This record gives sequence, structure tokens and C-alpha cells, in this order.
Amino acid sequence: MTAGIDLDQPHAQAIRSDEDVVRVRQLVRTVAVAAKLSLVDQTKLVTAASELARNTLVYGGGGGVEVATVDNGRRRGVRIIFADSGPGIADLNLALTDGYTTGGGLGLGLSGARRLVDEFDIDTGVGKGTRITVIKWAR
Amino acid sequence: MERVPILKIGEILLVSIQLDMSDQTALQLQEDLAERIVATGCHGVIIDITALDIVDSFVGRMLSSIASISKVLDAETVVVGMRPAVAITLVELGLSLNGIRTALNVERGMELVADARADEFPYDDELADGSDDDPETTSSP
Repeated sequence: MTAGIDLDQPHAQAIRSDEDVVRVRQLVRTVAVAAKLSLVDQTKLVTAASELARNTLVYGGGGGVEVATVDNGRRRGVRIIFADSGPGIADLNLALTDGYTTGGGLGLGLSGARRLVDEFDIDTGVGKGTRITVIKWAR
Repeated sequence: MERVPILKIGEILLVSIQLDMSDQTALQLQEDLAERIVATGCHGVIIDITALDIVDSFVGRMLSSIASISKVLDAETVVVGMRPAVAITLVELGLSLNGIRTALNVERGMELVADARADEFPYDDELADGSDDDPETTSSP
């Protein structure tokens, strides 16, 4: 599956079901391998993607993801954008607190995912949906 | 939805997770295991995650739940075969696999289950084979 993936193109995947979350993991893994992230960094990025894709599905009511390689002139990395048009997050600080959950989970999804990536940006507001961008750089 | 097979080997149930599980598949495994523990009377469950290249908070919670459920059903759970990168990621994610026993491989997992059983019921063997040198029967008339 790794062979032949086009790193110059962003890859999109809808998140509408449980199986789509699995597909997001597989897509991120493929791009991370192709971008030559180390095994630990691949594992961290795929784990973060799994948490965020699940959030998109469970809290955002579904949405989509775009996976692309990026280059800052010094290093190559993988960027993932998660977007949904769900209710948005009212209290972002609270949502980023370890252990806080409104969905009956462990409350580690958002806060844990942020620790696993190098860059984490979140754009959300009540009624605005949520857009989360993460980047993991190759070392 | 795919299902994870559960094998019975002697007194142990062995689950080797070979696929990238959807959340539904993970929940189904939890239910299937609880039913098999009761149906077989097995006292040990070994979950082999050698093939898993990630454990996220959902699967981590499932492993903790399985450990708690089997405890209530009088069985010991050991998770074996965690990859180093998975362990590093789990810790950074902030997941503490509460109440889960771990071992490096299936063989050590089986020893751990046997040891846990022996600690809990030290006279099980003697009672089972009815030998004369049983300390319980020889010391008290």
C-alpha cells in the first residue's frame, strides 16, 4: 500500500462511520511512512489521527480529513486537517483538559493528541464547526 | 463488521488481534470474551497485541474493561506483545492501563496466569490430585 502514493497531492478521506476512522489511520500511516517519519513518530501521528478522527465522528457528527506532506525548507512533515460542521466547542480550554469529556470516553482524545504531534491548531466556535490542523515533522 | 476470533487453549482463552479494529469490533470483542469466559469456565485470558501498530484511548479503555470484566468473572487477563513504539505513545497520550497485567510474549503471559492462579489457590493442585502429603489433610486430624 505504501508503494505508489503520490506525496505531492493531498489525500482526502470522509469520516462518516467507524470504518472510516480505520481508513483514516491507514491513510495517515501510508503517508507517514512515505514521508520517512521514524517508527515512533509514525505511531504517535497515527494514534493522534485516530483520536481526532473519532472526535470528528462522535462530536462533530462526521466530516472529513485531508492528509498532505509539507516542507518548511529544513524538514519534511505530515499535515492532517480534520474538519466537521458540527456544534463546535464552546469552552476550548476545558475541552483541552486531560480527563474532561462530554462523550463518556476517557477525555484524552484532544489533550492526548496535542501531546503526540509537533504542531496543533484548532479553529472552533459554537455553531461554527471545528477544524483541527496537526503537523508531525520528520526528525 | 469483522470479528476477532477467541481460541481456547487448555484453561486459557487466547485472543490474537490481527486486524485494525473499528470501535464496534472492539466492543464486540469485549462482549464475546465475557460470554466465552462464562461458557468455558476459563481462568485466564491472554490478549496478544503484537500485530497492533497503535493502541489509542478507545482500544486502551477496551483492554482495561476486559481486565475488569474478567476479574469479576474470576479470570485473570494478561496483555502481551506490546510494541515499543506503542508503549512510548501510550504513555505520552496519558493512558494508564489501569489494572492490566502485561507480559512480553504469550509464553510469559501463560506463566503469569498460572502464577496468579497458584497464588490465589495455593492448594488447588493438592486437592485436585488428592495426594496424601497435602498439608491441610495431614496436619489436622
